Amino acid sequence: MALMLIKFDMKKRVKLAQTVWFMYWFAVMAGVLVFSMGLFFKIELRKRSELMDNNESHFLPNLLILMGLVACGINAFGGKVCYDSLDPSKFVKWKPMLKCFLMVCVGFNALLLVTALLCFLMRIPLQFTLAEGLKNGMKYYKDTDTPGRCYMKRTLDLMQIEFRCCGNDNFRDWFEIQWVSNRYLDFSAKEVKDRIGSNVDGQYLMDGVPFSCCNPSSPRPCIQLQMTNNSAYYSYDHYTEELNVWKRGCRDSMLSYYGGLMNTIGLLVVLVTMLEVAVTIGLQYIDSSLSTLVNPEDPESESEGWILEKTVKETFTDIMDKMKSMGKGSKVDEGGEAAVATVS
Amino acid sequence: MALLKIKFTQQRRVHLAQGLWLLSWMAVMWGGVIFCLGVYLKTELLRRAEVMDNTEIHVVPNILMMVGLASIGTNWVASRVCQDSLDPTRFPRWKVPLLAWFAVATVLCCLLIAVVALSYALQGSLEESLKVGLRNGIRFYKDTDVPGRCFQKETIDRLQMEFRCCGNNNFKDWFEVQWVSNRYLDFTSKDVKDRIRSNVDNRYLLDGVPFSCCNPTSPRPCLRYHLTDNNAHFNYDYQSEELNLYSRGCRQALTDYYMELMNSTGPGVLSVILIQLSVLLSLRYLQTAVETAMVLEDPEGDSEGYLLEKGVKETIEDLKINALTMLKFGQVDPNAAEGSSEVADAEKDEKDAPPSPAS
Repeated sequence: MALMLIKFDMKKRVKLAQTVWFMYWFAVMAGVLVFSMGLFFKIELRKRSELMDNNESHFLPNLLILMGLVACGINAFGGKVCYDSLDPSKFVKWKPMLKCFLMVCVGFNALLLVTALLCFLMRIPLQFTLAEGLKNGMKYYKDTDTPGRCYMKRTLDLMQIEFRCCGNDNFRDWFEIQWVSNRYLDFSAKEVKDRIGSNVDGQYLMDGVPFSCCNPSSPRPCIQLQMTNNSAYYSYDHYTEELNVWKRGCRDSMLSYYGGLMNTIGLLVVLVTMLEVAVTIGLQYIDSSLSTLVNPEDPESESEGWILEKTVKETFTDIMDKMKSMGKGSKVDEGGEAAVATVS
Repeated sequence: MALLKIKFTQQRRVHLAQGLWLLSWMAVMWGGVIFCLGVYLKTELLRRAEVMDNTEIHVVPNILMMVGLASIGTNWVASRVCQDSLDPTRFPRWKVPLLAWFAVATVLCCLLIAVVALSYALQGSLEESLKVGLRNGIRFYKDTDVPGRCFQKETIDRLQMEFRCCGNNNFKDWFEVQWVSNRYLDFTSKDVKDRIRSNVDNRYLLDGVPFSCCNPTSPRPCLRYHLTDNNAHFNYDYQSEELNLYSRGCRQALTDYYMELMNSTGPGVLSVILIQLSVLLSLRYLQTAVETAMVLEDPEGDSEGYLLEKGVKETIEDLKINALTMLKFGQVDPNAAEGSSEVADAEKDEKDAPPSPAS
């Protein structure tokens, strides 16, 4: 008993072929969309690669780009086959490879689904990469004279301004590192000597943050130095001051940005997968309906179309049997050769 | 002698109609593009409306939007005319509307040329408007507690960060304005009292700038206060420090941005002018060719198409005569009335005239 049997006459077959052809062109555009999303994601990762520990994995955007290209190719080919299916003379040349092509399509759809799943899961490694990268970034903020790190300050400043965040977890992360270069510290001044003497590593630590942490929505001009000293400023209480600097940490901001991006891409890939499954089923119907013509000479006769020739169970047992017989076949040959070898 | 006569066979007429149909649909699309350009320009101008004093510059995107919509409608009509042109029963009804169409299309081309000219001519007005708007913005920076001005600080800060500029002409504009609100000044401290007394208007002026002027590319953490005092910071020279703050003024930055935007719409506008002109000329040829063909005994035979029936000079003379006759028709009755009143005046003058020589 075939799976989801449908009776087809000439008109229905033509309509099916036209619909599936149309859907294939949509699927080609969907393939282009997947490709461009992979490209966009890759560019976004490259833009912030300095803050990502420099060994961030580009596996996912590369996979998306590859899947997009393959989808375009497969769907264009499928569209051509659909177009030719209306003309029996043209369809004859595609007939033999159609079964193989359908297998390839099924495999490709499974891969697409795996890609979508990866989009949702890659958030976790990204979290660790970001945490590590941001910590290092802040450490190298002051090294504007060290080759290889001289742009870290600019990158970090621009990122804090754009993502409206400050520090790794919050603005207090800046209190624990020296972010003012030694070139701009007067080592003969008492204040500098005190601060350097106050910690084990001899670092100039201060309760201040860079200007890029400032929040423009604050009603008051930004207070970025001596932040924990209430008496340094008139009418200032650092416990209740909320709008002065950005409260959010940059790891959270960037994670939510990239997480949102990956969720959107994952959702779109799921939708593309559903479209691909639909066109594969359509092509299977076309193939089966054109191979079961009641009167093979008359192209206008009726036929039947299905998804699977037998039921799911039977198809599965068939495949298992085939694989077993293939395995036995090679064993028999090996046994024969061994026997021949031993004889000789 | 007709202007630019071309012979048209039936085949050529059909090709002209088909080509013109395609061209007019392309012109419809370009009209849509012009409309979208106008909308984009208008939204960009509205986004910064708070730092602009007047809205004179808005005439450029307004005209672009209007012309875009009008050109969509006009070229759609042209495509309908093309479709009907090869059908002798339906074409005659377009005879009068086509005259109006030509007038509208010419007006559209002139408006587009005017837009290009205006976008250059209004640069001065834009700069003036920005100068006044930014000056006010900087003055009201501190008024975060005054309703109606409480967002000036945020606007100016975001503007300076986005356009990488500081102040109106340069960062020194901030030295002349009190940008720290009185709410955050301790009037009992000596420093505050000194600064307030140091100027006529009792304003708290300082040689410092807001944080949004800071340049992230500076190798040194941003120095915002005591900018003119070399001793206030280690290894600092006010005259030679270049990367610390943004050196460009916001007026210059915004003017450059908007001029670049309007210049980039230039090629689009010019191509629309060219397309519109070619639609205009082709439609005129199609109209004259089809009309002369309909008059012939054999409607499928050769006909001639031209731009103007007579030469340019003769056409202008004809138009003048037509216009005068139209005016004359309007003046016939008033002339009769004037004639009788003139006669009455003349009689009056004659009566008045003799007494004077006598006296």
